[in-house]
Amino acid sequence: MSSTQVYKIHIKATPQKIWDAITTPEWTSRYGYRGANHMELRPGGEFRGMSNEGMIAAGAPEVGVDGEIVEVDAPFRLVQTWRMLMDPNNVPEGFTRLTYELKEGKDGVTSLTVTHEIGDEAGLAEMLAGDLEDMGAGGGWPWILSDLKTLVETGTAMTG
Amino acid sequence: MDDDDRVFKALADASRRFLLDLLFARDGRTLTELESELEMSRFGVMKHLKVLEEAGLVVTRRMGREKLHFLNPIPIRQVHDRWIDKYTEHHVTALLELKADLEGDNP
Repeated sequence: MSSTQVYKIHIKATPQKIWDAITTPEWTSRYGYRGANHMELRPGGEFRGMSNEGMIAAGAPEVGVDGEIVEVDAPFRLVQTWRMLMDPNNVPEGFTRLTYELKEGKDGVTSLTVTHEIGDEAGLAEMLAGDLEDMGAGGGWPWILSDLKTLVETGTAMTG
Repeated sequence: MDDDDRVFKALADASRRFLLDLLFARDGRTLTELESELEMSRFGVMKHLKVLEEAGLVVTRRMGREKLHFLNPIPIRQVHDRWIDKYTEHHVTALLELKADLEGDNP
């Protein structure tokens, strides 16, 4: 069965600051899986999510996730394709589609909604939902977004 | 009412918890699909979904002609981190294990 996951979080920051936290390697290496994301922010541009040093030491490929930028409306909407290269079992699963939407609300709070259209990839769906956290696969989107919120709001990430 | 209040209020109702369980079992459902699982009017289900949406526990997306409801686990994770992880996870786990042992068939 084709599956889509949707996550929404409220962050006390401007859309621009959150946009930067999603799209620049300086920020993405500081929360969640802590890999540097390189994005060419134009339709057809390249997306490369680099593995961090720990992952590479553990045998991960240098580029852990790849894809293509589909749509850019900075700092409000970003659509990209996304393919996991980290786990050889996931590579044949191919490209998924990932959408970030930012909406400015009251009192300087921005809502960030992440929609990940995963397709039929059950293993990937489990990992992204955080169901494999106890196996050392990280907590997926709930964990990434909680960490992003903490970092953007306080300047320090949740976990060291 | 702050965000935690809204989450606790939303969870303090059996029908709403049932709706979350339905979405947990299979995500991305229409109102019509959800409504068929409850002994309740369409309007009643809409009202419950609205409370869940305001608490951030349910997010709706329009896909094609349909409005689909998705479970958003992030507020529950935040409540967990704030109220459970911080103080008591270890003790709670131990007590839950004890309860399971005492209630189970195994000695």
